[in-house]
Amino acid sequence: MAKITQEQKDYQQLVKNVKPKPPYLKNIVMAFLVGGLICLIGQLILNFYISLGLDSTKEAPSATSATLVFLGAFLTGLGVYDKIGKRAGAGSIVPITGFANSIVAPAMEFKSEGYVFGVAAKMFVVAGPVLVYGIASSALIGLIYYVVKF
Amino acid sequence: MIDYIMAFLVGGLICAVGQILMDFTPLSPAHVLVVFVTLGAILSGLGLYQPLIDLAGAGASVPLPGFGHTLVKGVIDEVNKSGALGILTGGLKATAAGITAAIVFGYIMALIFNPKPK
Repeated sequence: MAKITQEQKDYQQLVKNVKPKPPYLKNIVMAFLVGGLICLIGQLILNFYISLGLDSTKEAPSATSATLVFLGAFLTGLGVYDKIGKRAGAGSIVPITGFANSIVAPAMEFKSEGYVFGVAAKMFVVAGPVLVYGIASSALIGLIYYVVKF
Repeated sequence: MIDYIMAFLVGGLICAVGQILMDFTPLSPAHVLVVFVTLGAILSGLGLYQPLIDLAGAGASVPLPGFGHTLVKGVIDEVNKSGALGILTGGLKATAAGITAAIVFGYIMALIFNPKPK
C-alpha cells in the first residue's frame, strides 16, 4: 500500500466531518417506544389467551408467539412493517414480529429465483443463523445442565 | 394494568439496547438478533431470565432473548423429565409453535404478496 499523503488524510477527515451522523438519541427513543408498544400488544394477546383458559406458562405464550409471527408476516406482506422499521430500527427488529419480517421480506424479494432456491432458501437468510445459534447454545447449556445434575 | 406498563418498559428497554448495539458497534441487525438469542439462552441457563419473565411477561418473552430463553427452558424441563435425550428434543418442542408459524405463515405471505417498490 502506498503511503497516505497529507492531502488524502485531510480528505478523509473532511469526509468524516461532513458525513451525517445517525441521530442516536432519536433512534434509541424510537426503538424504545415501538419495541415497547409491540411487547404491550403481546401482553394484550397473552392475557386474552389466558382468559380463554390456556395454561399461562406454556400454551398461552406459544399461542402468543404464533399470533405475533402471523401479524409480523402479514404486515410485511402488506409492506407496512418495513415502513415501521425505517423509523423504529431495533424496535421492530428485536421483537418476534421482526423475526417473522426477516423471513418474509427476503422470501418475497427472491421469488423471481423460484420457489426452491428463491422463496424457500432465502427465507432463512437471517432466521437460519438465529435458529442455528439459538438451538446450538440451548443444547450446549442442556448438556452442561445434564452433566452437573446427574 | 401494571403488567402492560412492565411489558412496555422492559420490552422497550431491550429494543433500545438493540438499537445502541446497531448504532455504536459494527453489528448488523442480523448480528444483533443472533447475539440476543444467544444471550437470552445464556441468561436463562444461569437462571437470570425467568425472573425477568415473571416481572415483565410479554416484555421479556416477545423480544428475541425470550426465544433463547424458551429454547433453554424447554431443554431443561425435558432433561428433568426424560434425561439426556431432552438435550436434543426439549428446545424445539418448546418453540415448535413459533417456528412452525414462522415457516408456514412466512411461506404463505411470500406467495400472496410481492415486494413493494422502494
